[in-house]
Amino acid sequence: MAQRRGRYTVVLDNPPSIRAAATVGCKKESEGPLGGMFDIINKDSYFGQASWEKAESQMQSLAVSKALEKAGLQNTDIDFIFAGDLLNQCIGSTYGLRELGIPYVGLFGACSTMAESLCVASTFIEGGVAQKVVACTSSHFCTAERQFRFPLEYGGQRTPTAQWTATASGAAVLQNGDVPPFVRAITVGTIEDLGVTDANNMGAAMAPAAAMTIKHFFEDTGKKPEEFDLIITGDLGKVGSSLLADLLRRDGIDLGDRQSDCGLLLYDLEKQDVHAGGSGCGCSASVLCGHLLPQMREGKLHNILFIATGALMSPTVVQQGESIASIAHLVCLSTQKSGGVF
Amino acid sequence: MNLTQEEYNEMTKKASPPSPAAKNITMAFLIGGLICAVGQVLIFAYQNAGMDSELAAGAASITLVFLSVLLTGLNSYDNIAKVAGAGTLVQTRSPRQRSSSKAKDLSLGLVRKCSLSQGRSSSMG
Repeated sequence: MAQRRGRYTVVLDNPPSIRAAATVGCKKESEGPLGGMFDIINKDSYFGQASWEKAESQMQSLAVSKALEKAGLQNTDIDFIFAGDLLNQCIGSTYGLRELGIPYVGLFGACSTMAESLCVASTFIEGGVAQKVVACTSSHFCTAERQFRFPLEYGGQRTPTAQWTATASGAAVLQNGDVPPFVRAITVGTIEDLGVTDANNMGAAMAPAAAMTIKHFFEDTGKKPEEFDLIITGDLGKVGSSLLADLLRRDGIDLGDRQSDCGLLLYDLEKQDVHAGGSGCGCSASVLCGHLLPQMREGKLHNILFIATGALMSPTVVQQGESIASIAHLVCLSTQKSGGVF
Repeated sequence: MNLTQEEYNEMTKKASPPSPAAKNITMAFLIGGLICAVGQVLIFAYQNAGMDSELAAGAASITLVFLSVLLTGLNSYDNIAKVAGAGTLVQTRSPRQRSSSKAKDLSLGLVRKCSLSQGRSSSMG
């Protein structure tokens, strides 16, 4: 039986195994430092579809299919699929997963969706209601620009704090089993808002949520940063990562060299003109599924904390003058199913 | 975390690199000025072709709008705007247009925004 620790954290008694994972990316992602990690790359932003929204759906569909193939499973073997994306009504996920016939739990966590879906998926397995599930998400630069900002041709200048929404998708197959890595614990985030209204500085908007969730995890479990090889956020980017470090230090938590961010790993900030770094659900999903999980399987990482962050606002409320609320969900991953970190 | 929004705002300002104002302002001035100069040349050209000043100003505006739409369709405008910033957003004004310039500026802006929202780029950045 899973144990609640403190108010926010759940330590799993039957840690699910992340059996396999797959990633899909586009041109910019293939040209980044982790370009080689993608299972599927299509340099056409339309992925052969009639619209970018259909392209994003196609990306999710491809990611899930590939993950299932790697796990040696069919869609009919999967008990539940947990997915979401940035678009209105999460249509990227809906239409991408429409053909699969898997019981679907739609989620909205903005860019925190990968961690959110892993949190929920893990508890379904822990609780015994599922044996095999899939957690996935996606983002697409063009659909996000259409959703949140301007037509691409508008030609507005991006600020140094702006981040680049990744055109990427990641899917993970979780099952009751013994293949590492395992989900050992989850910390569900609270909605945080420190009054940031600048939609061009999402890192600053989301850093408080990441700080709060990380703080909650350490307080609930009594763990220390030194016990983990890596404490990696989803897409705080350069500005958000710096703020996160400052916020945690104010509370006596120093992540030191363990701190990293998927948005800073996915792209080359010098060469790829992504300003403060990558962002989007697909950013953290692809870096986790394509880079971090394989490193864990290879024994290069043993215990990590994956904290995906999301900005929960909509363009409408921001135009009405609201500040940007954010959230961060934490997943503790380990190559050991028992002992070790817990 | 125990900090106020004002305190976090201060932290954010310190952590956030500012836009390169000197470069942006210079480029906006130069490229915006260049666009205005092109507009003025067009006015002179149309006047030389026999149009009166009011008509020439209108024709120059139409020509500039056409050029901006053409460059948008050719996927070049956003590359210029990335460097020029406000220089490409500000519409041309002739001194002779002063009386009706506000309506014209507004309509130019509207025309450009309408042309953007209908089309879609054939390739993405």
